[in-house]
Amino acid sequence: MSTAAAEGGTPADGAENAYRPSARRLAREAHRRRRSRRSALIAAVSTAVTALALYLLVVNSPGWQRTRETFFNAAYARQALPEVLRGLRINLELMTVCGALILVLGLVLALLRTLRGPVFLPVRLLVTAYVDFFLGLPMIICLLVMITGVPALRLTGVTTDPLLLGGAALVLTYSAYVSEVFRAGIQSVHPSQRAAARSLGLTGAQTMRHVVLPQAVRRVVPPLLNNLVSLQKDTGLVSIGGVIDAVYAAKIITAQTFNYTPYLVSALVFIVLTVPLTRFTDWVTARTDGRRQQGGAV
Amino acid sequence: MTTASASRTAGRASTAALLLAAAVLTACAPQDAGTSGTAAASGAAPSTAADCAKGALATHTAGTLTIGTDKPAYAPWFSDDKPSNGQGFESAVAYAVADRLGYPKDKVGWTVSPFDKAFAPGAKDFDFDINQVSINDDRRKSVDFSSGYYAVRQAVVALKGSKAASAKSLADLKGVKLGAQVGSTSLAAVTGQIKPSVQPAVFDSNDLAKTALKNGQIDALVLDLPTAFYVTGAEVTDARVVGQLQNTGGATEQFGLVLDKGSALTGCVTRAVDALRADGTLARLEKQWLSDAVAAPVLS
Repeated sequence: MSTAAAEGGTPADGAENAYRPSARRLAREAHRRRRSRRSALIAAVSTAVTALALYLLVVNSPGWQRTRETFFNAAYARQALPEVLRGLRINLELMTVCGALILVLGLVLALLRTLRGPVFLPVRLLVTAYVDFFLGLPMIICLLVMITGVPALRLTGVTTDPLLLGGAALVLTYSAYVSEVFRAGIQSVHPSQRAAARSLGLTGAQTMRHVVLPQAVRRVVPPLLNNLVSLQKDTGLVSIGGVIDAVYAAKIITAQTFNYTPYLVSALVFIVLTVPLTRFTDWVTARTDGRRQQGGAV
Repeated sequence: MTTASASRTAGRASTAALLLAAAVLTACAPQDAGTSGTAAASGAAPSTAADCAKGALATHTAGTLTIGTDKPAYAPWFSDDKPSNGQGFESAVAYAVADRLGYPKDKVGWTVSPFDKAFAPGAKDFDFDINQVSINDDRRKSVDFSSGYYAVRQAVVALKGSKAASAKSLADLKGVKLGAQVGSTSLAAVTGQIKPSVQPAVFDSNDLAKTALKNGQIDALVLDLPTAFYVTGAEVTDARVVGQLQNTGGATEQFGLVLDKGSALTGCVTRAVDALRADGTLARLEKQWLSDAVAAPVLS
């Protein structure tokens, strides 16, 4: 519709000439406000009804009384929290150190696997075999073999510390996952990019370093962060070597008291840890999407 | 405006649908089967012999007594990982209790019940569980226990020739890397009595703990005395029992049979265990299966 036709009032000069929204526009805005208020109200009511239904379902179940005592006991929660937090240090240490190593090793593996040229065939074969093996190997078996098998070899100079060995097992397995993510990113960069770079006179290595990798890494940030969150939870598996992490600290109290509240406490701690990570992932994704749009949506 | 009224009706319809769904959901809450008196306090169990009709108790499966234990079932409590062969102390005790309750060997079934699951709330798939579970007050809030069928003592095992193997007192064990199994009272003994300066290692199973001891990842392992003698005698032969820990406090620690909280059988099972203790059966079985557990020096 044309604004001129809808312009109400007589055109005056000076300050009188300021923009005044037309009656029709005001009506339209008011209507929109009403609509959005209404939908907010409906959403709130529907959420409340759903929450109430779930609450009633749980509270009216015949076993609720015992479940509450067994899973939601404040006294045991208070007893468990300091122990769980003490154990959490192990998880965080493993996550940061192993996370850094995994990123580096994963990238190196991906680069080796995408090397071109017939002379590199053995390298590609070796990396492919490594990745296939560790992708398929169940994490828990990898940990068991590292933690209990390596010390049994009685090698001088090799550590028997279950924490270090468990960390090594995490790095071995996860670098295989991460290398596949990186490789997917590298292969998703259009060949024309590589061709253009080479025709500008960049060497193969320079092309990879300045043209392909920056695009590839940006594309795979979300799946990488998924792997990081998954690693954060898997750090707890190192406890099969006797190391007491957050979940295991909870398990010790649970086994001693036959009350499951400590498990819930450790679960909450992990969720609290994961939420910022996933939000960060969303933010990074949104940012890269935004940047891609700046090329100009045609 | 037709669209507005249309959407209003749609809104009403969806609200109604939600409310209906909520009503259905709450109505569909699972009803208690009412077989076991969940509300019954553990003290309200039958106490007279008349209530414990031989072979006709309100068992999980009518006519048979279902007994749970973990897998693998370790010696010397069981033998060859077969709880049903009557070999090993706990297998023998289980059959003796079943016999007292009026269930002969062919009327006894075994089920695998992992330690963690044995005390989870909800319906149990066993009538009682026998798995070297120590009785304590915390645990009584979640499960019922029979009276104790074995008095437990904790022992320390170390590789021969190691620093821990020559320990003469608790103080000698303070700087040692100790290991214990999760949920065992051995772990409570480590943290409560020895109070080591190095954080102890805690293992999911005795197998992992034994492997860690062999690998030198821990210096010493705390186990109950019969297991300690079995481990040093048959499994880790280059280890020895360093000594046993004293019982703290007045009461000795006891293994008890685990029953569902408020189980109708608790009273009968307890009476059966008491009777076996009174007539010397428990002592006899202990001698038969745990006789290797000779006195080890007491570390104080």
